[in-house]
Amino acid sequence: MKLLATIVIFVWGGILFFTSFDFPYWGDGKSPASQHVSPYYIEHAMEDTSVPNIVTAVLADYRGYDTLFETAVIFSAGLACFFLLRVSDRKAPVFRLYRHQSTGVTLRIEKGGRLPENTGEFERIDSVWVPYDLIIVMTCRLVVPFIQLFALYVIVHGHHSPGGGFQGGVIFGAAIILFAISNNLRRSLKRMSERTSALLGSLGVTIYGGTGMLCILLGAGFLNYNALASLPGVDPLTARSLGILIVEIGVGIAVTAVMVWIYYNLSSAGKQDEGL
Amino acid sequence: MIWQLDIIVLSMVMICAIAAISIRDLLGAGILFGAYSFLMCLLWSIMGAVDVAFTEASVGAGVSTVFFVAAVFRTTRRTRD
Repeated sequence: MKLLATIVIFVWGGILFFTSFDFPYWGDGKSPASQHVSPYYIEHAMEDTSVPNIVTAVLADYRGYDTLFETAVIFSAGLACFFLLRVSDRKAPVFRLYRHQSTGVTLRIEKGGRLPENTGEFERIDSVWVPYDLIIVMTCRLVVPFIQLFALYVIVHGHHSPGGGFQGGVIFGAAIILFAISNNLRRSLKRMSERTSALLGSLGVTIYGGTGMLCILLGAGFLNYNALASLPGVDPLTARSLGILIVEIGVGIAVTAVMVWIYYNLSSAGKQDEGL
Repeated sequence: MIWQLDIIVLSMVMICAIAAISIRDLLGAGILFGAYSFLMCLLWSIMGAVDVAFTEASVGAGVSTVFFVAAVFRTTRRTRD
């Protein structure tokens, strides 16, 4: 079986390798894509959308459907992780560990035992617990706000520089994941619960789809941001740029929430009790 | 585009890819996937596709490595085949 698999892989890999010789060369001006599609974008992107970064203009405006369904794919990836991994809270671990803050004594409480009162004297710890390193916790606490600020910059500055909703959303989600790793999962769940991340994920997709529907309501095609110019206070020249910005924010919210959601389910094996 | 640099990065990408599928330690495979993504990011930026390189760096080398490590942490570190 293994031999058969190897033969199949080599045959198909060889076919793929030899067909790759028929590809146009890198940066070839005579390739079909460079003759019809790309010149239009390069010449008209600035006057159509007033967005200097052509990649962003293509991604969120000319090819808006692609990006809409990419966002939907990411959201359904989060949903798939949820449905595959999440188990109910009733399947609690057999024992819980509590640590007395001032003395460092650890209590092991079996299932059904009386849990300590939530007075701040005892702290719940993971079953594979490593003492919090002061340097790591403080460094992460200092770095997380700057990562989040950078993520917001990447989202809103995607019109002018590389970046946009996907990258900024992933960076924002990574900041929250960094907080969850450097502290623990329960503390992070208190800041951003599973319900919040699920709702934010669907909100992001809704913002994207809602912008498209808004364009229909204003009398143009789906995701045709030109229609936004009929709203009061919108300059017709920058209407499409504004539409791109709204859409990127929606993508950013969805991607952030879904990344955090997947991390919660993966790192706790679906119990959302003890994390990485 | 400097072709010597291109060849070096491309061969390192191939080394990382082959090592990632042949290594027995799953945590090591996850880390090698991260290195692979980072080298791909270098390759994209050599070709001038800065947006793609940015996505590759944040998604491929950043978050997906964390997901791999989390999955290995919750399952097993050794493969059976």
